[in-house]
Amino acid sequence: MDIFGMPVQALLAQLMIGLVNGCFYAVLSLGLAVIFGMLHVINFTHGAMFMLGALLSWAGLYYFELNYWVMLFLAPLVVGAFGIVLERLFLKRIYKLDYLYGLLLTLGLTLIIEGAVRSAYGVSGKPYGPAPISGVTDLGFLMIPNYRLWVIVASLLVCAATWYTIERTRLGAYLRAATENARLVEAFGINVPVLVSLTFGFGVALAAFAGVLAAPIMQVSALTGQTMIVIVFAVVVIGGMGSIAGTVVTGIGLGLVEALTKVYYPEASSMVMFLVMVLVLLVRPNGLFGGVE
Amino acid sequence: MNSATQTPALAVRDLHAWYGESHVLQGVDFDVQHGEVVTLLGRNGAGRTTTLRALLGLTGRRSGSIRLFGQPAIGLSTHRIARLGVGYCPEERGIFASLNCEENLLLPPLFKGTEAGLSLDEIYRLFPNLEERKHSPGTALSGGEQQMLALARILRTGARLLLLDEVSEGLAPVIVDTLGQAIQELRRRGYTILLVEQNFHFSAALSDRLLFMESGRIIDTLTPDQLNDNADKVARMLSV
Amino acid sequence: MTSPRYDSVRLLCYGFLLLALVAAPWMGLYPVLGTKILCYALFACAFHLLLGYTGLASLGHAAFLGVGGYVAGYGIKAWSLAPELALLAGLSVGALMGLVMGYVSIRRSGIYFTMITLALAQLVYFLCVQIPQTGGEDGLQGIDRGMLFGFINLHNDRVMYYTTLTIGVAAFLFIARVVRSPFGQALTAIKDNEPRAVSLGYHPDRYKLLVFTLSAALTGLAGALKAIGLGFVTLSDVHWMTSGHALLMTLVGGLGTLSGPVVGAVVLVTLENKIGELGALLASVTGIGWFATLGESVMMIMGIVFVICVLAFRRGIMGELDALRRRVRTPTPAPEPQS
Repeated sequence: MDIFGMPVQALLAQLMIGLVNGCFYAVLSLGLAVIFGMLHVINFTHGAMFMLGALLSWAGLYYFELNYWVMLFLAPLVVGAFGIVLERLFLKRIYKLDYLYGLLLTLGLTLIIEGAVRSAYGVSGKPYGPAPISGVTDLGFLMIPNYRLWVIVASLLVCAATWYTIERTRLGAYLRAATENARLVEAFGINVPVLVSLTFGFGVALAAFAGVLAAPIMQVSALTGQTMIVIVFAVVVIGGMGSIAGTVVTGIGLGLVEALTKVYYPEASSMVMFLVMVLVLLVRPNGLFGGVE
Repeated sequence: MNSATQTPALAVRDLHAWYGESHVLQGVDFDVQHGEVVTLLGRNGAGRTTTLRALLGLTGRRSGSIRLFGQPAIGLSTHRIARLGVGYCPEERGIFASLNCEENLLLPPLFKGTEAGLSLDEIYRLFPNLEERKHSPGTALSGGEQQMLALARILRTGARLLLLDEVSEGLAPVIVDTLGQAIQELRRRGYTILLVEQNFHFSAALSDRLLFMESGRIIDTLTPDQLNDNADKVARMLSV
Repeated sequence: MTSPRYDSVRLLCYGFLLLALVAAPWMGLYPVLGTKILCYALFACAFHLLLGYTGLASLGHAAFLGVGGYVAGYGIKAWSLAPELALLAGLSVGALMGLVMGYVSIRRSGIYFTMITLALAQLVYFLCVQIPQTGGEDGLQGIDRGMLFGFINLHNDRVMYYTTLTIGVAAFLFIARVVRSPFGQALTAIKDNEPRAVSLGYHPDRYKLLVFTLSAALTGLAGALKAIGLGFVTLSDVHWMTSGHALLMTLVGGLGTLSGPVVGAVVLVTLENKIGELGALLASVTGIGWFATLGESVMMIMGIVFVICVLAFRRGIMGELDALRRRVRTPTPAPEPQS
């Protein structure tokens, strides 16, 4: 059976890959949006943090024989702590300034991080070796590598947990309130500066988590983050940053659109999400999910 | 509480505060005793709201001395000042749109080391409307309900000094009465309250003392019974 | 603020800067490096026309620079275009792209504008990777400079340098003129308070689009000039890091000052070109071997300059000089901007 001259098997296989990439986009843009809500800073380092997560998982295996599962837990923790240090040292100094300075500062930090990794490891990717979960699952109509299934499940679980934390817990209520009016929340006795640090740490930890997930299936290199961050920007422009579900849906949707383009018109696959962004801006300038600006 | 009654709940000495380059408070001095209800009156721009905000460290630069329950507070960060036992109800009410009514109510954390505040049941008894609307989004509440919520949410925390900014502003007389009764009730329960009010009659009925502000200073203090004898002076101090 | 004396001091500064640029090739500056510096200076000035007078920070200007260069280079290589026509082509294609990209991106403001321009530039980048005319990973090499107007021999490095300088000065004067015109004043009004400008009858979007297009056109010109002067265009010219470069030059030189971007470009391009030598020098003086690798760490150095500028040096070189002069002239210190 063919769809527009493409065997269904091949189409589904591509869509599967698109879904996996979409999950990375979703987790990354979620972290970016959470940070933006609290700090009003677009975190340019986000792509670099993704790269660091992947690199750490490789380094853990290579230098310390720490396996994937340990690093899946440890790498986000290390990157999160690193993020908190960056926030305390640098970012906290620019909150009262124009948004431009937040962008410039995080751009500068990105260059430092990526430059350092590049001078230590070069620009070529680090092969992770075999995926930690082997085998394939036969869904009858499609064979799926188990590792890809795991990536999808893990990403969606993390997104759901983030949603639950923000929408249904006390900590999440602090977060939502501080996003609206941080000074008043502080006047209620809540230590907002610590909340801000933790938010930043959590956001970049999400990026690192996605990085660890990606390490076995993507050749992650020092400059991977540079491509990733621009895609993530397109996701948040399209989806807006007001709604968690909106961000996740947009991320996954773009992954699928990218995969479909790869099937039918591969030359445009790296460009298609930016074209989608242009279309959305022309039709709905404030993005698909809301008018938060 | 006996030892505490010797020091005032709030002692402000020569308080100056700035917003950017503009010098708004120019030497404010006053005390509020435990269990006392005191109102700051004055024209717009006299510095009343700024005084409340300066107590919590919400203005720009400050100087002078603030003692809360005997503790120096001017060098502390805002959240630490609050945890000395201060509840703040801002002029714009500050109801969070992304939180529902009950989430708004439960948002301020309970303070350690102060006496327990009102329980949720007691709060709902004081403001029955809030229980009915507890699942409504914060901004779907009426103006009066929002004001009740803004007042109610600082009662749970164990705050003993309440800073209430323009509680009666823009509300229907029935609601103003309800809020007045609630404040009377809080007074009976021993809360110390500092009000900023435009509504002179509302505050005169509630307060032990009225402080008049002008150009960032306290220029006079009257008790409610002195008001009639000083009607001319009061009119002058409040008229535009 | 615009007292006659203040302006005459400023004119003196510009005169001095111009004199230095005119004399530079005779004072030991390698003219090709000089040409490169001037191209980046023009790029930074064009970029700053948008940022400084509308507050819109674009991370998409690399697209104009790169494509301007590609068009000029391709025209020369494929159709033996005369250099003046190649420059015109770069300018026009920059304007056209600016019109299109501006139309899409000015629908949002602030940080969203920046993200959109970045994404659009990435689109252009991938397009340049795909199409054969750009030479892909190799880029366009060996672009012939030719004879400007048929009689100015650009093959001579010094002639090329002075041609670039002439075009650069003309563009600078044009920008200065635009900024001081009623159009520039309207821009300032919109930047300071957009709702009020709307109520005064301005259409902010039209102004923003026009200034975006102007800025893109001048950037395209800078790209074409660079392609001719240096003889090559590569993918790194279209990469968004190049837009970051323009931002950094503006910041180092001084945001909101007319001459800041020029000074920033001079400082940064020189730093980049000399960083290897500097590292070798430091390594030999201090005995720390790591310094010798400094030349390969341009990216990191740029990042560090970024961070330092944002945290400690927000007024930039020209901004600091301005503030210094104001302090000397008036006994009371001027208030710090924004902090």
